[in-house]
Amino acid sequence: MSASLAAVSYIAATILFILSLGGLSNPESSRRGNLYGMIGMAIAVLATVFGPRVGPSGLAWIAVALVIGASIGLYLARTVKMTQMPELVAFMHSLVGLVAMIVGYASFIDPSASAGMSPAEASIHHIEIYVGVLIGAVTLSGSVIAFGKLSARITGKPVLLPGRHGLNLAGLLAVIWFGYAFVQAHSIEQGMMPIAVMSVIALAFGVHMVMAIGGADMPVVVSMLNSYSGWAAAATGFMLSNDLLIVTGALVGSSGAILSYIMCRAMNRNFLSVIAGGFGGEAKAPAKTPGGAQPAGEVVAISAQETAELLREAKSVVIVPGYGMAVAQAQHTVFEITKRLRDMGKTVRFGIHPVAGRMPGHMNVLLAEAKVPYDIVLEMDEINGDFPDTDVAMVIGANDIVNPSAQEDPSSPIAGMPVLEVWKAHTSVVMKRSMASGYAGVDNPLFYKENNRMLFGDAKKMLDEVLGALKG
Amino acid sequence: MTAQLIGVPKEVFPGEKRVATVPEVVPKLAKLGFAVIVQAGAGEAASLADEAYAAAGATVAPDAASVWSRADIIFKVRAPTPEEIESMREGQTLVSFIWPAQNPDLLKRLAARKVTVLAMDSVPRMSRAQKMDALSSMANIAGYRAVIEAAQHFGRFFTGQITAAGKVPPAKVFVIGAGVAGLAAIGAAAGLGAIVRANDTRPEVGDQIKSLGGEFVPVDYQEEGTGVGGYAKVMSEGFLKAQRETFAKQAKEVDIIITTALIPGKPAPKLITAEMVQSMKPGSVIVDLAAEQGGNCAFTEPGKVVVRHGVTIIGYTDLPSRLATQASTLYANNLFRLSEDLCKAKDGVYNVNMEDEVIRGTTVIKDGAVTWPPPAPKLSAAPAAKPPAKAMPAVEKKGHGHGAGEPMAARTLAFTFAAAAILFLLIGVYAPSAFLGHFTVFVLACFVGYMVVWNVTPALHTPLMSVTNAISSIIIIGALVQVAPPLADGALARPEEVIRWLAVAGIALTAINMFGGFAVTQRMLSMFRK
Repeated sequence: MSASLAAVSYIAATILFILSLGGLSNPESSRRGNLYGMIGMAIAVLATVFGPRVGPSGLAWIAVALVIGASIGLYLARTVKMTQMPELVAFMHSLVGLVAMIVGYASFIDPSASAGMSPAEASIHHIEIYVGVLIGAVTLSGSVIAFGKLSARITGKPVLLPGRHGLNLAGLLAVIWFGYAFVQAHSIEQGMMPIAVMSVIALAFGVHMVMAIGGADMPVVVSMLNSYSGWAAAATGFMLSNDLLIVTGALVGSSGAILSYIMCRAMNRNFLSVIAGGFGGEAKAPAKTPGGAQPAGEVVAISAQETAELLREAKSVVIVPGYGMAVAQAQHTVFEITKRLRDMGKTVRFGIHPVAGRMPGHMNVLLAEAKVPYDIVLEMDEINGDFPDTDVAMVIGANDIVNPSAQEDPSSPIAGMPVLEVWKAHTSVVMKRSMASGYAGVDNPLFYKENNRMLFGDAKKMLDEVLGALKG
Repeated sequence: MTAQLIGVPKEVFPGEKRVATVPEVVPKLAKLGFAVIVQAGAGEAASLADEAYAAAGATVAPDAASVWSRADIIFKVRAPTPEEIESMREGQTLVSFIWPAQNPDLLKRLAARKVTVLAMDSVPRMSRAQKMDALSSMANIAGYRAVIEAAQHFGRFFTGQITAAGKVPPAKVFVIGAGVAGLAAIGAAAGLGAIVRANDTRPEVGDQIKSLGGEFVPVDYQEEGTGVGGYAKVMSEGFLKAQRETFAKQAKEVDIIITTALIPGKPAPKLITAEMVQSMKPGSVIVDLAAEQGGNCAFTEPGKVVVRHGVTIIGYTDLPSRLATQASTLYANNLFRLSEDLCKAKDGVYNVNMEDEVIRGTTVIKDGAVTWPPPAPKLSAAPAAKPPAKAMPAVEKKGHGHGAGEPMAARTLAFTFAAAAILFLLIGVYAPSAFLGHFTVFVLACFVGYMVVWNVTPALHTPLMSVTNAISSIIIIGALVQVAPPLADGALARPEEVIRWLAVAGIALTAINMFGGFAVTQRMLSMFRK
């Protein structure tokens, strides 16, 4: 295959990738979008393998590596539970980071990669390698920690080292210093030390950064790592002078950046403050600012039978799922209840907060898995206006995203965060294991509202009882 | 203090058939500690016999005078007449419709008697006060009754039928104003089988209209029509013109028009002009629920039924009274609920607590001092209206999920551009041209990504992440070209083995990502079903 043909194939792949992302604008076209992605990937890989830059001696190696990787990948994709999607995504981010590092190192020790370059070009090439490895390393270690946190292998609480901002700053300065040394290096041996030290610092930084972030901020972290993995690919593209990699990396990078932005806005928080960490830990004592009003009123608990009775009498029901539903694996029961209520002629809809769950769109995927039709699953902005006409709003394992103090109490730590206005429904039912405050550590006045009822217990168990009572 | 006595005189207003309490509410009042005295014949017009009151535990007094003189609290429907006011004594409490805005004289007279007056028309529009909102109860009845009156004067079926004798088209009903009365009319007319259309200046009631079986006919003009307290407000001239056009079009098509348009404290807007009435089919009916405030129709005569251009125009002002039993029962319950709030101790004594927002709003005279109008309520009861007391100014809601939000502030924007300019300048000065080519591609790709990703629906954010993940395994190309580059320059010492193993590892790892990512995305997307 000639170089031109390979280049044209890359353009085709680029277009297919853009179409692939564009297809996700609605569920109907999304399946085709994914297909475009696969075709684009196949074209890109084939064009490279049979293109001018791979000699025939490599084909066997490539085939073996692909088969090994593909079987592991397909096995994971088939067996992963939908509740584990955030972990899988974090795991895959770490792979991209790792490969970016590997490619960077390989490119560095390969003298043919920079052969015949002018000094300026060589410097740029070195900077590209350095940056590529840097981003790759941060993505790798950050994703590994995120994976650990999401799969509860590492505590979800923020781990804060004293003087962590100073540490980060020192790390950054060291990275710049070693970068200078790396570019100045004249031989591979000379350059190896700075890049190795930088890799260690970058890995440590990735660990440190994600360790400091609490469980509720995970959606931001996951989408941020998504973004990093894209930038890592783009940096690799610069390193190898490959436009396809640059374009794809930039697509993925900006996609992740936008997701991070959306997530931050959904929590009314500044991106930097999320990354700086320290928020969103259960460990923090409930923030009782002097001006903050203590919720007044009584908490009224009800039983599963009474909940079923409420649902039976309601005409319009909105269900607000949160991370608690994912933890309890209750989505299938939720669907059974939904089906039952819909058969009774009631309007049942779902209200999804952008940061419900542990990654963007997490709740939508869980509900889709449980066969809930996507046209009754609405976004926060779509459903918020309908709460006053809703008879029962059922909150399953969510807390901060339905906290009225975000709107009512300017001194609240979550003031200004957009929330689902469930308290405007005639009755709201909150399913929760206990009265504990949410990840933001803020008391929820919703629980004390006159029209709110609490259904204490494990979400799955309680919902099963509600379903039983509805059937009976 | 001993338990207070609630007195219910017979209504003296001509034609008024309602009564302020009904036998089934008397025991409830007794439970709060009150005794009840009812004038003989008070409930007669509402088919409520004196014996029923007596059986429920009330004392039946022979005449009005003994009720007025003995009772501590007077329950009434219509505002008292001057004679009735004369018979009041200091310290007495009156609960009734008052309409203080329209009747300043009445207010003065009552204040002069040093009494306390709670006006049922001034109950604040709050969710907590809904149970005592007599205006809504009465409006509900008026709306229902309006349809019944229309049916009586309309010469055809409401519902469409195919009979052996031929086809009967369904009646078309147009309801103006979808407040409580309008919604009740929509429900009643739809229940009779008519095709119901409705219009309201407040766009958020569209869903309520649909939920009752009506069709929302919007006025094609942009203006928010929700005023304080969920009531309608006066609209602009441009809107009114568009509204007239809408109504004129409907008038030609429909058989029955029910108007309920009222603006608090103002004469009813004239919505149905003489021309519109002329354009209606002969035999059509207009029911004007705003007749008491002057009417929404040009030909309305309050309290009367008139026929103009072949169209019957009903201007009854006593529709709730025409459904007296129902109206009395609901009104009695409203009064009972108010009494509950006034007598939290259940000791049979009214405690007019001016700290309570509902009681404060309802009380128009406290011990002879006029306390009307109350301070403005803080929150609008309208559903979709943005709560004005919403958090802090910092919480500006930006476009969400479907666009880039509003433009940045000019200063931030200028700063960003300046930074970008310096960055580009540096790159332009120092970077070689080969790099610039790639850089161009990079920047453009960022923009394409930005545009494309904003269009992704939030529901698919997880698949978006997994597919971008799969796509980012394009990094495999980096590993592929390192396995066995044919151009390897033999003159340079190239650590073939190390690089190959690194590259093979890279390929295998990315393949996990590539195949796994696409497969899991496929699996997820196939679950999204309607």
